[in-house]
Amino acid sequence: MEHVADPLPQAAFAKVVLELEVSNHPGVMSHICGLFARRAFNVEGILCMPIVGSDASRIWLLVFEDQRLEQMLRQLEKLIDVRSVRRHGAEHEVFERLESFFH
Amino acid sequence: MLQMTGAELIVRLLERQGVRTIAGIPGGAILPLYDALSASTTIRHVLARHEQGAGFMAQGMSRVSGRPEVCFASSGPGATNLVTAIADAKLDSIPMVAITGQVPLSMIGTDAFQEVDTYGLTIPITKHNFLVRSARDLLTVIPAAFRIAMSGRPGPVLVDVPKDVQNQLVAFDAYPEPAEREAPPPFDLAAIDAAAAMINEAERPVLYLGGGVVHGGASQQAVTLAEQAGLPTTMTLMALGAMPIDHPLSIGMLGMHGARYTNFVLEEADLLICVGARFDDRAIGKAAQFCPNAKIIHIDIDSSELHKIKRAHVGIQADVAAALEALLPRVKVQLRKRWLSHVTGLKSRFPLQMPGADDPRSHYGLIQAVAAALDDEAIITTDVGQHQMWVAQAYPFRRPRQWLTSGGLGTMGFGMPAALGAALAEPERTVVCFSGDGSLQMNIQELATLAEEGLNVKIVLMNNNSLGLVYQQQSLFYGKRVFASRYGRPLDFVAIAEGFGMRGVDLDASENPRATLAEVLNEPGPCLIHASIDRENFVYPMVPPGGANTEMIGG
Repeated sequence: MEHVADPLPQAAFAKVVLELEVSNHPGVMSHICGLFARRAFNVEGILCMPIVGSDASRIWLLVFEDQRLEQMLRQLEKLIDVRSVRRHGAEHEVFERLESFFH
Repeated sequence: MLQMTGAELIVRLLERQGVRTIAGIPGGAILPLYDALSASTTIRHVLARHEQGAGFMAQGMSRVSGRPEVCFASSGPGATNLVTAIADAKLDSIPMVAITGQVPLSMIGTDAFQEVDTYGLTIPITKHNFLVRSARDLLTVIPAAFRIAMSGRPGPVLVDVPKDVQNQLVAFDAYPEPAEREAPPPFDLAAIDAAAAMINEAERPVLYLGGGVVHGGASQQAVTLAEQAGLPTTMTLMALGAMPIDHPLSIGMLGMHGARYTNFVLEEADLLICVGARFDDRAIGKAAQFCPNAKIIHIDIDSSELHKIKRAHVGIQADVAAALEALLPRVKVQLRKRWLSHVTGLKSRFPLQMPGADDPRSHYGLIQAVAAALDDEAIITTDVGQHQMWVAQAYPFRRPRQWLTSGGLGTMGFGMPAALGAALAEPERTVVCFSGDGSLQMNIQELATLAEEGLNVKIVLMNNNSLGLVYQQQSLFYGKRVFASRYGRPLDFVAIAEGFGMRGVDLDASENPRATLAEVLNEPGPCLIHASIDRENFVYPMVPPGGANTEMIGG
């Protein structure tokens, strides 16, 4: 019989904050969310706003650092609308400062 | 100041891009574009019978020319019918630009007639896609679509154009320049040095070529590297032709239906040099047990392929031709007598078995008889299934872009419209499509297009009145519980061909099949050649799905 792998218990992994600079047009979010969704890679948090005074937006993603993260980053960097990807540790305050809105 | 509609602008930009043939089917939402296309004096339109056929015709053109080619479809069902051909292009890295009509901007999101979210549908199956919101945007979107399709790792790009955008007037000063391929990224010369040192020190190296070698125009460099460093060379399904199959260093195709010796050579390798390949499961079997003793050098234009399935000791993101050029002066000339004579020994002990190769009424014999009637200038396409694997094993491919097959997506119905596209791109060549009765029926309507265009395409139909590879798997791995894989009644394919207005020849009825093949294949124009084959002929050897490559059955 074929062994079906259990979903990775992501909660056991450290969290990572990703900072993406992307083109600001409808559809960009679909490209990015779809990339994670079709690989069953859970996104814990997502935040997107236009960057003041530019044609770009900034997307913040909160994800778990499992062994697929490196591949996810390479796939993200390939998206035409993604201009840059930066990786921060879980200590980054962007999501922490929003926590009060999620109680 | 230039002024025109969005539709006219698209046609002018396609003309300036050098597009000469477009396959497609019109419909309500793309009629403005068709109206503009009708006025073009340089672009020829080929009217397909199903949008999937149009997509595969564009792919056929791209696969022989290496340039992005174009297909058109209308909104809604036109676009959804195109989806399979786009996904196929994505998985095989084929440059293509699909342009679809869409309902007017003001009606998007209202479930208007023939509205579907083409943009959303095609996100995961395109390299990139666009929904054009004003005619002015076409000035940047159309060149960008071509640039993206052909730069880096090639792939399909979709441009969805609402009908009102096609009709919108736009004024501008000058046309944008036609798109060109972007310069490949610079690569790490220290990594090239490291790779060269590994090749020089290895005792049992193997060169593993993938479709990227064909797409990157790097076949010559790859063969030179193999000759210089004495590297036995295996090719994936997509790379067949990159090194001539009768080259002394060729060890043929690896993987699920590769020869036993090929997989055994890989098992013993101490260094695997992977160029433009992606460790696909059909090629490498169980990843953990593939090349268990080998260090890995992996060169690919797409950084996300590096370390994806197997962690490389040296991973180099580069244009493969440029990387091989850089590697050559650093690699020592080696005869590698001991390793190569061991490879020769494995080959003579575990060769590819081709029972019936002398009998043109058997599956292998038919393929070899077709090859004998043609030269290397011919283009060979296949559909998907047993016939595809037999052709991959038995046809003597000797040049890149001689062989067009649906590798990644494995789409039945690919072969005939792709052959049509190949013949449109290079009409001076003979194009042969090997097909099966299951596959041919998946896009059989394109026989009408073929007959109408009168192209030099020969369909060699290997008919076992079943879905042969399904029948094979049920016979081998599902306790012979054969279900839904045999057709209830046979079809008269010769009459079908004649009904579409082309010649049909029944090889079964021929007293001398070789003579009939030689006559028919060398006569210009379309023809369907029908040959019955035995359903009990299976593709061997076979690695059971999920198994390691050394666990081959048969052959």
